[in-house]
Amino acid sequence: MQMKLGLTILCAVGVWLAGCATDTSTQGPQVEDKTSAATTSGDTGTQALDGAGAGKGGALGGTAADADLLAKRRVHFEFDSSALDAENRQIVDAHARYLAAHPNLKVTLEGHADERGTREYNLALGERRAQAVGRVMRVLGVNAGSLTDTSYGEEKPLAPEHNESAWALNRRVEIIYQ
Amino acid sequence: MWFGALALMLFAWARSAPAILTIEITEGAGAGIPIAVVPFGWKGPGQPPQPIADIIAADLARSGRFVSLSRKDFVSLPTDEKDVVFKEWRIIKAEALVIGSIAPAGPGRFEIQFRLYDVFKQAQLAGFRYTVGAPVVRTVAHQIADVVYEKLTGEPGAFNTRIAYVTREGTSRPKEAIYKLQIADSDGYNPRTVVRSVEPLLSPAWSPDGRRLAYVSFEAKRPKIYIQNLADGRRELAAEFKGINGAPAWSPDGKRLALSLSREGDPEIYVMDLATRKLQRLTNDPAIDTEPAWSPDGRYIVFTSDRAGRPQIYRMDASGRQTQRLTFEGDYNARPSYAPDGQTLTLVSAVQGQFRIATLKLDGNALQVLTDTSLDESPSFAPNGRIVLYATEVKGRGVLASVSADGRVRQLYRLEEGDVREPAWSPYNRELQY
Repeated sequence: MQMKLGLTILCAVGVWLAGCATDTSTQGPQVEDKTSAATTSGDTGTQALDGAGAGKGGALGGTAADADLLAKRRVHFEFDSSALDAENRQIVDAHARYLAAHPNLKVTLEGHADERGTREYNLALGERRAQAVGRVMRVLGVNAGSLTDTSYGEEKPLAPEHNESAWALNRRVEIIYQ
Repeated sequence: MWFGALALMLFAWARSAPAILTIEITEGAGAGIPIAVVPFGWKGPGQPPQPIADIIAADLARSGRFVSLSRKDFVSLPTDEKDVVFKEWRIIKAEALVIGSIAPAGPGRFEIQFRLYDVFKQAQLAGFRYTVGAPVVRTVAHQIADVVYEKLTGEPGAFNTRIAYVTREGTSRPKEAIYKLQIADSDGYNPRTVVRSVEPLLSPAWSPDGRRLAYVSFEAKRPKIYIQNLADGRRELAAEFKGINGAPAWSPDGKRLALSLSREGDPEIYVMDLATRKLQRLTNDPAIDTEPAWSPDGRYIVFTSDRAGRPQIYRMDASGRQTQRLTFEGDYNARPSYAPDGQTLTLVSAVQGQFRIATLKLDGNALQVLTDTSLDESPSFAPNGRIVLYATEVKGRGVLASVSADGRVRQLYRLEEGDVREPAWSPYNRELQY
């Protein structure tokens, strides 16, 4: 019974995440997600970054399947975890292939946590998530010099609500093309 | 009752007059020692600079250890020893009585006198005279409340202290959020902004002398540690290594800063000598090691580590040796800090996914959960060890809350708008600028 309930919840989260990912992809690879831009950058000097990211990130798509994955610039995690599930791993792999093929591009991996738990621990957790994504990318041939990781911990939630779906959205790494 | 009186207050020298934290007692009010605080006599023209009796009565009532009796029941309003008739106070069931006066004492200065009486014994328990500048009059009122508290409860008060906290305005529009690190008196008055930023601020830590704050700022788009002088606002960058610079904690002698740095890949605890800026690395584990805090005697550092898979509390000696795990209950224990007596820690403990404030007795490792809300964080002890101040969430807004160490008295600190978080109680204010 417990088990079954657990599975149902997992599926629900899976479907919900897929829905969220679809949202992003409808904007196409040329357009950086504005929500992400709004929450991950401060008041100054960010528009230029977004523009550059959109241009470079979207200019070449590779395969059509990769283009869809490349349009997703966010991967998500379970609570207190930095493990990538299959779906999120695909997104990271696609960006890794793209970056390996374009060694002149630079990317910032920005880790985030949900609000539960302590702020400093979450700062470290966000960094661990960013590093986990970076490690996968390096294994797939991306230059270490192309990658910068940083963490905002729980300080910049995408969703301000205090519930499970907001937390699932907020536990993330943003892949930001410079 | 006291609330209305407080709302009338003016703060003449508050620079940008930021919003005031209002504090209400939510549990434990109406119990305690009945005390009558008579309005202080004013021997000058116009109005006295501060309603001293109101400040004292409010402090005492808010502690949950006293009931401030209503002034309309007072038969007389003595301001001098010769006018005190104990029978009048026994009738209204006052056990203690505070009287006093304030008078001009030269340009911008005032003389304040007070006396505390035990009504039943008909005896004076304390009596002091202070001559101070106008900005210190509120401080004297808090100091008088501390004397009364200590004489009648046997424990030191913590009214003459300050709190630091971070506010976030513009909650609905994340892009326009403004973060402010502020300090205020322990009753929420005299708020002033230490630093303001469009990027997050966190982890304020008072230096042991109460003159400086260390904190983490994202103003450079990544976490760096700054130390700021409160008197003149001067500040210095203390740590800007590669990766995370976080969780600053002052050593009890104020000469060193423990911090968490990920400069070598993963967060480790270091100690920085503030005079030489030399770093000593204390932990060496691929896990997250963060949130260090010193024991009051400076011998130990407690910290959070997930080296066993989940965040738990560990203790090591101040040179990084003899590391010992302290928490075993639950799968999330973090952000420890010591009570002033060094016998107890306060920390965040998750119970079935609910993040609550707990204390851990170091003798026997007994964990006691003090709160029943779900998003509690950043606990720290008041300098008298009687109260734990922390951050939580009420109706979607960030607020501060406090709970007495015995769990009996609870208070809520909130702003009219925006979130408030990351509280840190100052050390005792040992100096009074006479």
